Amino acid sequence: MNLTHYWRAMWGIIGRELWRFVTQRERFISALVRPLVWLFVFAAGFRAALGLAISPPYETYILYEVYITPGLCGMIQLFNGMQSSLSMVYDREMGSMRILLVSPLPRWFLLLSKLLAGVGVSVLQVYVFLGIAWCYDIHAPWQGYLWVLPALLLSGLMLGALGLLLSSFIKQLENFAGVMNFVIFPMFFLSTALYPLWKLKESSVLLHNLAHYNPFSQAVELIRFALYAQLNSEALLYTASAFVLFMAAAIIGYNPSKGMMSRKGGA
Amino acid sequence: MKTQTAHPALCAVNSLAPLNPVSRPLRVLLLGGLLLGAGQVGAETVLVTLEKDNAVAVLDPLAGKLLKTVPVGQRPRGIAISPDNKIVYVATSDDNTIKMLDAETLKELARLPSGDDPETFALSPAGDKLYVSNEDDSQVTVIDIAKKQAIKQIKVGVEPEGITASPDGRWLVSASETTNMVHWIDTKTYAISDNTLVDARPRAATFTADSQQLWVSSEMAGTLQILDTASKQIIKTVQFEATGVTADKMQPVGIVIDKERRYGYVALGPANRVAVVNAQTFAVEKMFLVGARVWNLAFSPDQKRLYTANGISNDVSIIDLDSQTVSKSVGVGTYPWGLAVKP
Repeated sequence: MNLTHYWRAMWGIIGRELWRFVTQRERFISALVRPLVWLFVFAAGFRAALGLAISPPYETYILYEVYITPGLCGMIQLFNGMQSSLSMVYDREMGSMRILLVSPLPRWFLLLSKLLAGVGVSVLQVYVFLGIAWCYDIHAPWQGYLWVLPALLLSGLMLGALGLLLSSFIKQLENFAGVMNFVIFPMFFLSTALYPLWKLKESSVLLHNLAHYNPFSQAVELIRFALYAQLNSEALLYTASAFVLFMAAAIIGYNPSKGMMSRKGGA
Repeated sequence: MKTQTAHPALCAVNSLAPLNPVSRPLRVLLLGGLLLGAGQVGAETVLVTLEKDNAVAVLDPLAGKLLKTVPVGQRPRGIAISPDNKIVYVATSDDNTIKMLDAETLKELARLPSGDDPETFALSPAGDKLYVSNEDDSQVTVIDIAKKQAIKQIKVGVEPEGITASPDGRWLVSASETTNMVHWIDTKTYAISDNTLVDARPRAATFTADSQQLWVSSEMAGTLQILDTASKQIIKTVQFEATGVTADKMQPVGIVIDKERRYGYVALGPANRVAVVNAQTFAVEKMFLVGARVWNLAFSPDQKRLYTANGISNDVSIIDLDSQTVSKSVGVGTYPWGLAVKP
């Protein structure tokens, strides 16, 4: 095994994912439609309701659509992470995962490659979304558009790793609806994507605490601060730790001798 | 009732609040700006009257920092700075006087006989006269600053509020809130030479730098009206709209117009917006989101920034006019009302 093998395998996996992304135009469009509907419809309804308090990284009053833009970037990545987990289950059912997993390369490397492929796609989607938001008069400082890239990579990895972990639990494609109900919705709604923490605290301390420790919130805050060229170190540490944790669990989950795979009787 | 204070070029504001975390890049940029443009940028401060704190806040708008808060008297509202930037005038309404303060130290130098409950006033372009609206007495008092005496009382409509002097020194205009009228007072005779009926509850009036137009905001009607100085007739009525803001919240108050007459800026009170009005076409081109209940506005001396006094959110928003963005809102104290900028 030398580096060339690793390189070739990684590009094989990433290339396959990118090819799938490019050829499935509906998937690309639907990934964008979801946050855009939130931005244009949902945010418009709340436009006057929020924006009366200044909280970092903002330095002045903002419209609600400005507030939720980083949250919608997180939403794109959350759904993308779950989509990746869906495709893992699909691959397992179709048998293509078997081909992947019999490769002599270490399993963690294959999973990481798979993960990076998904993150690459989500980062592209986020930048297109930010471009559309720009045209809608939602502007961040230009440095923010650079700083948001590492933030998106990390948040994408964390959410993708969560997806991988979940996919190791899901046996059949049909069970994916459960992931929607039990993972995506609570994670999204109990986060700082749609409302600031102080607003949640006004209604319930419990909800505030749940949202605060929700890894998705931390990923959104990391993106939010990065988009304004600032570093939120708490969010960075939290997101990085969550990534390591989820990734380690996913690697164990995909280990035939230890993880969920053995209980399901292999891929 | 709040109104526009003196001529826009003379007015300014200031505010600062508990420091909002300032981004490091912004700090670097600001510092860079200070170093690069040292001479011009250095010393500008914004003075903000704080109606409830009985004080004037001194703000460094470039650093976005509140420098100090100085007690000045009961319920300070209208504020203006002398043309030589040495004296600050503050209407301390509940003290029934207008105080002259040293612009550096904000120490009281003298008191002017303003009449009861002074709120808004205007300085003459030469800086030798002060014109005060006496809302309860339905009159305008003319004060000779050198003599510190009231030299004339002019009867106007009911509840005079907005008051302004034309930059060419020819006209003094007083707007009566209840009579819905602007009174054109000849500064040679101190007699009303003309009246113009305007929309309901006129609040502030401001001349363009060339004195050819008078802009009047009407709070209840939600309109801005442009009057031609020569004919004293309304030449345009401007309406305001913003997505997500109901019409009843569109209550235009303070107005400033840039020297070149390219843009005018109108504070829209509880709409929490400042409207950008093209001063040639009178189209509303943009709205800036600022703090709650924005009353009065002031330019920086180079007219590259606009400062807004936000009465309910207790802060001053700083608008960068080059980039057309609200760059920061800084807490200053309770009920900021008027602003004056000291270069």
